[in-house]
Amino acid sequence: MGKLFAVVVTLIALASAAIFALHIWWVPPDISTHGSRIDRQLNETMIVAGVLFVGAQLALAFFVWRFSASGTARPSKSFPGGPTPMVVLATVLVGAEILVLTFVGSKVWADVYETPPAPGALQIEVQAEQFAFYFRYAGSDGKFGAMHPELMNDASENFFGLDPANDTTARDDIVVGSLVIPANQPVELRMHAKDVNHSFYVPELRIQQDIVPGLVIPLHFTATTPGKYELVCTQLCGLGHYNMRAFVEVKTRADFDQWLKEKAAAL
Amino acid sequence: MTHGVTTAHAQPQSFLRRHVFSVDHKVIGRQYLDLALVAVVTGMVLSWIMRFHLGWPETPVPGLGKLAPTGAAGGIITPEYYLALMTMHGTIMVFFVLTTAPFAGFGNFFLPIHVGAADMAFPRINMMSFWVTLLAFLVLVSAFFIGDGPPLSGWTAYAPLSAVGKDAGPGQGVGQTLWAVSIAMFCVAQLLGSLNFIATTLDLRTRGMSLARLPFATWAWFITSVIGLIAFAVLMPACILLILDRVAGTSFFIPAGLVISDRLQPHAGGSPLLWQHLFWFFGHPEVYIAILPGFGIVSQILPVFARKPLLGPRVLIVCLIAIAFLSYTVWGHHMFLSGMNPLSATLFSVPTLVITIPATIICLLWIGTLYGARLRFTAAALFALGFVSVFVSGGISGFFLAQPSTDIYLHGTYFVVAHFHFVMGVAAMFGIFAGTYFWFPKMFGRMMNETLGKWHFWLTFIGVYCVFMPMHYLGLAGNVRRYSAFTDEYLQPLIPLHRFITIAALFTGAVQLIFLFNLIRSRLRGPIAPANPWEATTLEWSTSSPPPHDNFGGHPPVVTHGPNEFGGAGARDYVMQAEPR
Repeated sequence: MGKLFAVVVTLIALASAAIFALHIWWVPPDISTHGSRIDRQLNETMIVAGVLFVGAQLALAFFVWRFSASGTARPSKSFPGGPTPMVVLATVLVGAEILVLTFVGSKVWADVYETPPAPGALQIEVQAEQFAFYFRYAGSDGKFGAMHPELMNDASENFFGLDPANDTTARDDIVVGSLVIPANQPVELRMHAKDVNHSFYVPELRIQQDIVPGLVIPLHFTATTPGKYELVCTQLCGLGHYNMRAFVEVKTRADFDQWLKEKAAAL
Repeated sequence: MTHGVTTAHAQPQSFLRRHVFSVDHKVIGRQYLDLALVAVVTGMVLSWIMRFHLGWPETPVPGLGKLAPTGAAGGIITPEYYLALMTMHGTIMVFFVLTTAPFAGFGNFFLPIHVGAADMAFPRINMMSFWVTLLAFLVLVSAFFIGDGPPLSGWTAYAPLSAVGKDAGPGQGVGQTLWAVSIAMFCVAQLLGSLNFIATTLDLRTRGMSLARLPFATWAWFITSVIGLIAFAVLMPACILLILDRVAGTSFFIPAGLVISDRLQPHAGGSPLLWQHLFWFFGHPEVYIAILPGFGIVSQILPVFARKPLLGPRVLIVCLIAIAFLSYTVWGHHMFLSGMNPLSATLFSVPTLVITIPATIICLLWIGTLYGARLRFTAAALFALGFVSVFVSGGISGFFLAQPSTDIYLHGTYFVVAHFHFVMGVAAMFGIFAGTYFWFPKMFGRMMNETLGKWHFWLTFIGVYCVFMPMHYLGLAGNVRRYSAFTDEYLQPLIPLHRFITIAALFTGAVQLIFLFNLIRSRLRGPIAPANPWEATTLEWSTSSPPPHDNFGGHPPVVTHGPNEFGGAGARDYVMQAEPR
């Protein structure tokens, strides 16, 4: 029975780890300037965690294999050195791992969430609501019109609660249903939630951030690779949560300018 | 220290007072376990329906169309019904299974016996705790049968979705209020239960039962009670505030200017993040409430079947206390991306990583205990060993989620689902199974069938790995959680993996029928159990199986040994706690 246990545990551990190691299912290619560092952090954690995982499972398997009762009435033996080696091993091994991961990882986190965006970042407003995202560009005056909750209305497509009749800065605001951004330019989103919590997740951009009603949440990043990517909501927001998605279209600078010009002309 | 009360109360004679409205901690412990059994079957069936739907969204679930004509007309699950299944699954499992069985259930039955007492310190309050828990369960489940529909805000019930009422869509009517009422009631029951456990452990220990001689499971229940006393004391008022937001027009969790279903909401001044802070200040310690009793059970069972003392018993206790303390400093790791100040993410990350040190030490103590052992492979031993394996698997994926930088990618994906199912779901269930196979003879006076128990172990052990390990891969591939369907092209390449998980989940669930069958059959006609079938040391094994009404037949034991005295040479290799020196 002990040998069977050991074999099963070993097989499970090796098969599980192999699927991770072979990247059979893995993160999609990164399209952001900061993402490679998140990926490196992920890979380093994967290696450390993988070694601990396989090591612990194999140790368990080996001890169970080796120390099954096999009819002999030999007295039991205690672990050499008592619990001290275990305490030292765990503290040193895990402690060192924590130090390394924290020092390296905190810098990555700080770059995304604790530093201001580069000056000249493209400002885009985001409105998240049950069950869609909308995006707003400031238009030719470079200013966003003020948001008035009492004017927000889906039926009349006033997703941001703009008041173009009285507010001149709102008249040229461009509101669209896809996030269109230029490649290689810093982008700063200012995110609003109209009703309940939502979250902004683009796996390829290595970006995820909750959007909370009552708060304006800033988020900045730089996309590098033109293409069309899925933006999904990852905070449970009601029955249509599963369908709360939009596209992020990363365009070359020229294509982006052209797109913006067409949108402005269509107003 | 007061010495154990010998006759707390005479045994009542009427059937109702003996078996239903009993103040006997053993009856109450069994009632908690029976409730948990009903709850776990309910929760598992809900997960089956969800998994079936995720694998084959277009195929009707057999029979469901009749059971839930609105939620699943023709057997096809609506998005809101999926979320309701998910919400109820999580709530039932976390509260009414993982808290109720290993802590309230086994703790009630064995903590008083472990300390050598005749009953709990407050038997009537103890009875009340159970009945309030049962009522809370009925209130929760009743949400399935009301017109407004069951709640769908998840077991975390994030505000403002859970607070604003019907404008926010289906499931936000009376169902959500019932959810909050049920959880508030559950908190009351657990607060009283925790107080009882603490008072009993501190005040009712029999002669010679010093703290150092407490069995490991009782140490774990005691520490869990202290955690529970603080955690439930925060969740209960949080639920009351939520109820007030819902029914009394207050705005604790609702800010100004919300427009829902094109209606400007009549609220102002509240904070959605406040709910998250209150919830997770309870929610993270709750993970330890679910798992620490498992730690205790495994630490108690392993030496019995390894036939040698647990390695480093004092280190174990220190680590348990360290985990309890640290569990209150880490709640923000659920909120790295919540919109709270990003600087605090680092602050919450460090204790989260540090808590792995005592957890790792405990795992190494278990593995070190096996060194030089003479392992006896009973079903209880197998589940205890399996516990070590699944806890390691679940704990290690925590490294990814404890770091804000990697959490950016993995938060909100199936990686998280895999992590917490392994570490608090599967591991805690393995603790419950180990405890059941170990203590069943003492609780019911009959032995369980070992062959069936072993089959149950092997199939479950392989099954849970097939269910939950692939969820890590889904998460890495960017598969978000809490989606009732994956429409258009989105995530279509991952559907085969979802189907594999569904098949594994149906299989693993079906395997539990072996356990259920074994449980029922052994209760009725298992072989009569001797007093100490496993040659264990703690006090429950020096009294009859099942123990008499006052546990020790009018003679409270005098303790002369620790719980950890195994491994002597010769035919009898253990010393019982109450054996004369």
